[in-house]
Amino acid sequence: MPGTDSEATAAREASLPTRAKLAVTAGRVAAALSQKAGRGSGSVIGGKVALKLDPDLLATLAEHLDVVLVSATNGKTTTTRLIAEALRAAGPVVSNALGANMPAGITAALAGGSDAKFGVIEVDEKYLAGVARDTRPKAIALLNLSRDQLDRAAETRMMAEKWREGLKDTDAVIIANADDPLVTWAASSCRKVVWVAAGQAWKEDAWSCPSCGGVMQRPGDDWFCQDCGFRRPQPHWALQGTHVIDPQRGAWPIQLQLPGRANLANATSSAAVAAVFGVAPQVALQRMQSVTAVAGRYDVVSYQGRDVRLLLAKNPAGWLETFSLIDGPPAPVILSVNAMDADGTDTSWLWDVDYERLSGHPIFVMGQRKLDLAVRLEVAGLQFQVVDSLDQAVQMAPPGRIEAIANYTAFQQLRKAVAN
Amino acid sequence: MSYPSGHPQQYNPQQPAPQQYNPQQAAPQQYNPQQAAPQQYNPQPAPQQYSQQQPAPQQYEPQQPAPQQQHGRSSRMSDSNLRLVWVYPDLLSTYGDRGNALVVERRARQRGLGVQRIDVRSDQAVPTSGDIYLIGGGEDRPQRLAAERLRNDSGLVRAAENGAIIFAVCAGYQILGREFINDLGEREAGLGLLDVWTTRGEGARCVGDVLAEVDPRLGLPQLTGFENHQGVTHLGQGVSPFANVQVGRGNGTGDGTEGAWRDTVFGTYLHGPVMARNPAVADMLIKLALDVNALPPADTTWYDALRAERIAATRQPA
Ligand SMILES: [Zn+2]
Repeated sequence: MPGTDSEATAAREASLPTRAKLAVTAGRVAAALSQKAGRGSGSVIGGKVALKLDPDLLATLAEHLDVVLVSATNGKTTTTRLIAEALRAAGPVVSNALGANMPAGITAALAGGSDAKFGVIEVDEKYLAGVARDTRPKAIALLNLSRDQLDRAAETRMMAEKWREGLKDTDAVIIANADDPLVTWAASSCRKVVWVAAGQAWKEDAWSCPSCGGVMQRPGDDWFCQDCGFRRPQPHWALQGTHVIDPQRGAWPIQLQLPGRANLANATSSAAVAAVFGVAPQVALQRMQSVTAVAGRYDVVSYQGRDVRLLLAKNPAGWLETFSLIDGPPAPVILSVNAMDADGTDTSWLWDVDYERLSGHPIFVMGQRKLDLAVRLEVAGLQFQVVDSLDQAVQMAPPGRIEAIANYTAFQQLRKAVAN
Repeated sequence: MSYPSGHPQQYNPQQPAPQQYNPQQAAPQQYNPQQAAPQQYNPQPAPQQYSQQQPAPQQYEPQQPAPQQQHGRSSRMSDSNLRLVWVYPDLLSTYGDRGNALVVERRARQRGLGVQRIDVRSDQAVPTSGDIYLIGGGEDRPQRLAAERLRNDSGLVRAAENGAIIFAVCAGYQILGREFINDLGEREAGLGLLDVWTTRGEGARCVGDVLAEVDPRLGLPQLTGFENHQGVTHLGQGVSPFANVQVGRGNGTGDGTEGAWRDTVFGTYLHGPVMARNPAVADMLIKLALDVNALPPADTTWYDALRAERIAATRQPA
């Protein structure tokens, strides 16, 4: 029903205070101009203009919504999408589904308007406390924290501390990954926490106790600090193989179109969030099945007569999860790494990634920083080819579906290349 | 097991689950993912692909004892196993510092050397019998914890007294000095292995690509790397600058110096990691460990290509 949305939007906007109304309109004009100038969807610019005119606009827009915030280093876009699908079982949803996750982008998404009951909002880690203050969420999902963009000087542990400080007085139910000590530290000062054993393959950012600095003991999947007693909480929900275990110990199969262990974890957290809003896990999980590619991630495209799967991996934890989901050897693998501002300009993180795990795959290396990658792979003792373009890589690749793994801007470039 | 109190809304748990979860199999709190976690700090050794080439004069030959006069100390390698100690990866490995250990190990193996890599967590004792010690960079609190634990442990200091080779980066470099400013804004004692001290820079953080000329006595080519630090490191009489910057800030003192060294102890601000961008530095450490002037050649094709690209990009930023 294409008409319904805009009618509802109009009705809702009519009920906004004058200042907010003006701000929404101004934002829309700015977005349209930006779009005409060929600068993408213009939604962030629109949000910026609108927020300038009415700094309280985000709070005003969120007032009528049951808001869920989703934040993490990895998986927040996908999880936002999964939660949005799940909550549609209970009512209309508005969401910043395209990953514009700072206040301006969030404002634009909410102002984009619909007669939504729920606002499912992905939030950049750095802005979580502020957005939580403005939107008064009912639930906040905290998935994981790990090193990302080394040149930003943003200490991972400090991010956990910032979350802890910013969320300690929230009324929201926190849905937190009990397998991530940093997330646990951030959430454990909150009043209402639902702990989810969602797993975390990457452990290198939490060897030091976030509470006292002691050395973390990590037998099996458990973790604890011997010095201060800070330890893994008893989870209410768990990912067990390919099943979600709910607090009543019901086991619900996860059938996703999205690949990989990380997405099973995202689905588990999403089911726990959905339950907060009264959506049962079987209903939530069934709805999540409809999610395929999220912003092009995991998309299998046909390019030059070959199947190419596009995979985004922005940081060591993301690469680790990605390696665990790709087809085994001899599936050809293309790696593309850039170091633009949006990626972080320091490529040292390549050495935190276990590229040794690609042993046996034909490997093609491209992107702005292909030579950094070449040295990394040489030291890993791997065979590889350095190429100048996706075209060249695809032409040289032996038969089979190609797994193309790229970091942020390199991924955008791959999407562009296959779209042409 | 129940929901925590204060749940605003709950789905109705009365609904029968399609599949009853069997607590005998595994309770959620004993959750065991199928996927084994990767081995901590113990990557697979790189395969040895190097085929020993014709030894040039003065090159190390694994079968024979290494010549010994170089630094007035005997070669510390009892067998042909290089003992490579990576100090505190749990605290000081924030900037891909593992790369330095991987490159030294790789370059040694390419010369036919056996390598015993010893990764020492900060609740373990630092062995005193290592040949090469690597210390990486880290954030402010881990740096303070590392300094505390290294002062208490004393293994690294004793190793240094025995003439061990120590190479430290960024936060690790500061720890080797007399003192630095810790995360609490207080002066924190270092190990005093280098006559340097670090204060907190008042200006903008030093972040970006660096190009530097190494102290000519070390016979190394131009140094390329990436710096990212707030500290300003001042050099005393007991050390020499490791390098002098052409591009970048280095020690941040404004005199163009980068890093510091004396005898077999080195500190630098360069990440990248520095060995990946400068394999000659890794080779230098191996030569010092073997007490030889030269090593058999090992391929540097990709390192050379990377160096050329980074040096050009640093000279002419995009
Ligand atoms: Zn502790």
